[in-house]
Formats: sequence, structure tokens, C-alpha cells
Amino acid sequence: MLGALPFIILLFVYVIASNLRFAANPDDKLLPTPSAIGQTLKVYAAEEDRRSGDVLLWLDTWASLQRIGLALAISAAIGVVFGIATGVIPLVRATLSPFVAALSMIPPLAILPILFIVMGLGEVAKITLIVIGVTPVIIRDLALRAAELPREQLIKAQTLGASTWQLIVRVVLPQIWPRLIDSLRLTLGSAWLFLIAAEAIASTEGLGYRIFLVRRYLAMDVILPYVVWITALAFAMDWLLKWIRSRACPWAEMVR
Amino acid sequence: MDSLTRLSLGGDGALTMARVTAKNLWKTYDDHVVLENVNLDVDDHEFVTIVGASGCGKTTFLKMLLGIETPSKGQLLIDGKPIVPEPDADRGIVFQRYSLFPHLTVLQNVLLGLEFERSRLLGKLFGAGRRNAVAKANGLLESIGLASSRDKYPAQLSGGMQQRLSIAQSVIRRPKILLLDEPFGALDPGITLDLHKLILDLWAANEMSIFMITHDIRESFQLGTRLLVFDKVRHDPHAPEAYGARITYDLRLKTHAERAAFASATPDAIPA
Repeated sequence: MLGALPFIILLFVYVIASNLRFAANPDDKLLPTPSAIGQTLKVYAAEEDRRSGDVLLWLDTWASLQRIGLALAISAAIGVVFGIATGVIPLVRATLSPFVAALSMIPPLAILPILFIVMGLGEVAKITLIVIGVTPVIIRDLALRAAELPREQLIKAQTLGASTWQLIVRVVLPQIWPRLIDSLRLTLGSAWLFLIAAEAIASTEGLGYRIFLVRRYLAMDVILPYVVWITALAFAMDWLLKWIRSRACPWAEMVR
Repeated sequence: MDSLTRLSLGGDGALTMARVTAKNLWKTYDDHVVLENVNLDVDDHEFVTIVGASGCGKTTFLKMLLGIETPSKGQLLIDGKPIVPEPDADRGIVFQRYSLFPHLTVLQNVLLGLEFERSRLLGKLFGAGRRNAVAKANGLLESIGLASSRDKYPAQLSGGMQQRLSIAQSVIRRPKILLLDEPFGALDPGITLDLHKLILDLWAANEMSIFMITHDIRESFQLGTRLLVFDKVRHDPHAPEAYGARITYDLRLKTHAERAAFASATPDAIPA
């Protein structure tokens, strides 16, 4: 309950400030009043666009969620395969680990132009940007986790007759899942950052695209609710991942 | 059904002899000699207890039996053949800690050995194969008193229960040799007594040999049919690592049946 207090105070301060500015100048663009925001929101969320016939908020939301969802799924898949390989197999670790370490130091936004040049302005470049930004972190995190499994456990599995493949499938992989979910939760913030950056530069729909489009008209009544909406989406994804973790890996909560 | 039959894991008719022989066995790391000139001949179905000061090569010897360390010189043989230099299902192990799988329930922990054996690709059984294996695992859990905890995770068990489970998990594949590395070192004395009974019963009901490291001299005499003491016979105070440990005492103890007969014939005697 106490946690709601800062939110309420922030809202309260905003309402007062926007009303003060409105009283001074009814054409103020910087802090639109809640009723002005509500009006714009109704147009964006409930009415079809006159030109395209789409309902813009949902069109943007769907486009962005598709991109970030697909990118995170690809990153997770690559992360699990290479994370386990580098964590468990010494030869792979020796070969790949410095490369992944160097890769993770490249600022992904710096290679965004390369991606657009090579892959064109379509979906592939945007998804690739998120994957490049997020995957090295996941690989390194999962490799650390796989490497810190007690050696006794692996030996025990071998004395129960496990082949290397069985060891990975039944002992390593299931113990990696909770860490993968934690990794995804931690990289969620940067994934959204890369998504919005890519959408801002080249796109025709998407939450980030819309914000940067209406920026030209100082349309704070669009930008502010979009920012709140993006935050809510990110929050919901984080919560969903946490929920999946507690459901799928109940043992992980006991071990800590 | 008496307790021994219940703890028997059954056989497939094949002989699971396991005669362990060490011939002039050495283990050195560069200049550091850990074991020197170890000679040993252990018959099938012995219960060997191993004691000795810390750093006297007990664990190194066990690791060589397990296959995660190789002899530097000499030979270590099982049934006349050099030991496979990698852990396999012939040799079970119970460590002091960390030998359970935290992501599997009690039942799944025991089931795992059977699943590795019978499902090469997935390591997981389904349908009739699974029912069959579950029945076997349940029987074992029943006889060691863990049946009521079968759906719990290891983190929810006490230390004694965890070791009980770890032992059950190790014997379900019926190893020729069971290796115990101070399995009861971290437990309360009262709990240890229950586990002594369990391990003796399991040993009596099955064909395996047991090698057990312990710090508890009393325990080593109570459980073993053969007691090995590892110690250094030569010392160089200027180079403490120049000489390794050997087997300084190799005692053949009375069998448990002989001790039971002795105890019942002389009622006043305190059972060993």
C-alpha cells in the first residue's frame, strides 16, 4: 500500500502543474491537462485512423510486441545453446569466451547503421539489433551458471550412467531455466531501449515510431500516455516472466 | 518379507564380481608425492573402511577408484582390468554434500539412474517403461523410509534424509562398487546410527563392495570387514611433500554375522 504513495504524489503534482500552466496559457503544449490527454487517448485507442483505417495504439502495440517478443525468443534460444556449450565444454569455452566477451562490449546502437545498410529497413534489422544487444549478456550469464554447478553433481550423474548428452538434457538444462528467466528479466530494459531506437529511425508503425513521429508537433498529449503504456507493458512482461519462473521451477525458490 | 530381501535390488543373473587390486600404485603431482607404493587386494563383497589423517591420500585413492584421477605409476585393477578413467555406472558414489539434484523431487532423484539406463536419447521414460521404473524406485524408497517424502525437493529434507536419498540414488543402478566419501561427516550422531544400519543392510542384501572414507575410528571398526589406515611412514621435515602415504595397517575384521553370533553367545558383551 505504501508503495502506491509515490505514484499518487507524482500524479497529484502533475495535475496541479498542468492546471497552473493551462490557466496561464490555454494553448500550452508542454503539460497537457488530464482531460486533454484523455481526449487524445480516445482517438488513438478507440477510433480508426482516417487515412489508414487502423486503430493506432493497438497497431503500434502489436507491432512492437511482435518485434520484442521474437527478438527475446531468438536471444534466449541462442543464449541457452551457447551458454551451456561454453559453460560445460572446456574446448568451447576456450574458443568462444573471449569472442563473446568482446562482442558484448560493442555498443549495439553504433552498429545500427550497418544493420540498416546490410539488411534494409525492414523487420529483420530491428530484431537483429535487439538480439545483438541482448544475447551476449545472456550467453555470459548462463555460462557462469552452468560452470558453477557443483562438480559432485556432474560426477554423480556420470556414475548413474549419464552420457554427456543426457547430462546436459537432464542435469544442466533444467537448472539453467530459472537463470535464463532472470537474465531475460534483467535485459528487458535494454531490449526496449534498442526496440525504440530502431523504430525511431526507420519504421512505419510501432510505439517508438509513434513517439518520435509526433515529437515534431510537440504532441505531449500523445507522448506521455505512450510512455506510460510502454512502461506498463515492460512491467507486465517482467511480472509474467517472474510468474512463469515460480510456476515452472518451484525448486529454485527453495534452494536460495 | 524380511528387511534384507526388501533392500535387495535384484540381479539379472550376471555375476557382478568386483575384485579390486592395487599393484605398486603411486600418485604424484609434479614433486608432490601423495601416495607411494600402495599394494592392496580386496575380495568381492567386502566392506572396506579407510581412515587416516587429512592429506594422507585417502580421497585421492577414492578418486582413482572413481576414475576422476589416474595413477601416476603402477596399476589399479577391477577384476584384473585397469580402471576405466571416467566415472561410470559400475562405481556409485556418495559425497558428503552436493550429490543430489536440487531440481528433481525425491522420486525423480532415484528414478534418474534408471532413466539414464533405459532412455539413451532423452534420459526420460514415458508410459509403461516409466511405470515400471517408478514401481522399482517406489519400492526402494519404501524400504528406506522415504516413501512419504517422495514428492518433496531435496532442499525440503533434513541432512540425514538427504544422505539417505543419496545412498538410495546411488545403489539403484546396482554398482559393483559403492564409494562413500565421508558420507556421514556432517550429520548428528543419532542420525548417523540409522544410516549405519541402512548402509549395512544394503551391503548385505546386494552383491556390491563398499569403500568408505571416514574420520570416525569407531565407525570404521563397526561397519568394515576390512580396515585400511593410510599414513606416511617417511618424513622429511625440510620437504614435507617429498614422501607420500602408504597403507600402514590392513586389518581384516570379523564379519557382521560372526559378530552377531558372538554377541548372542555372550549376552553380557556389548555389541560392537
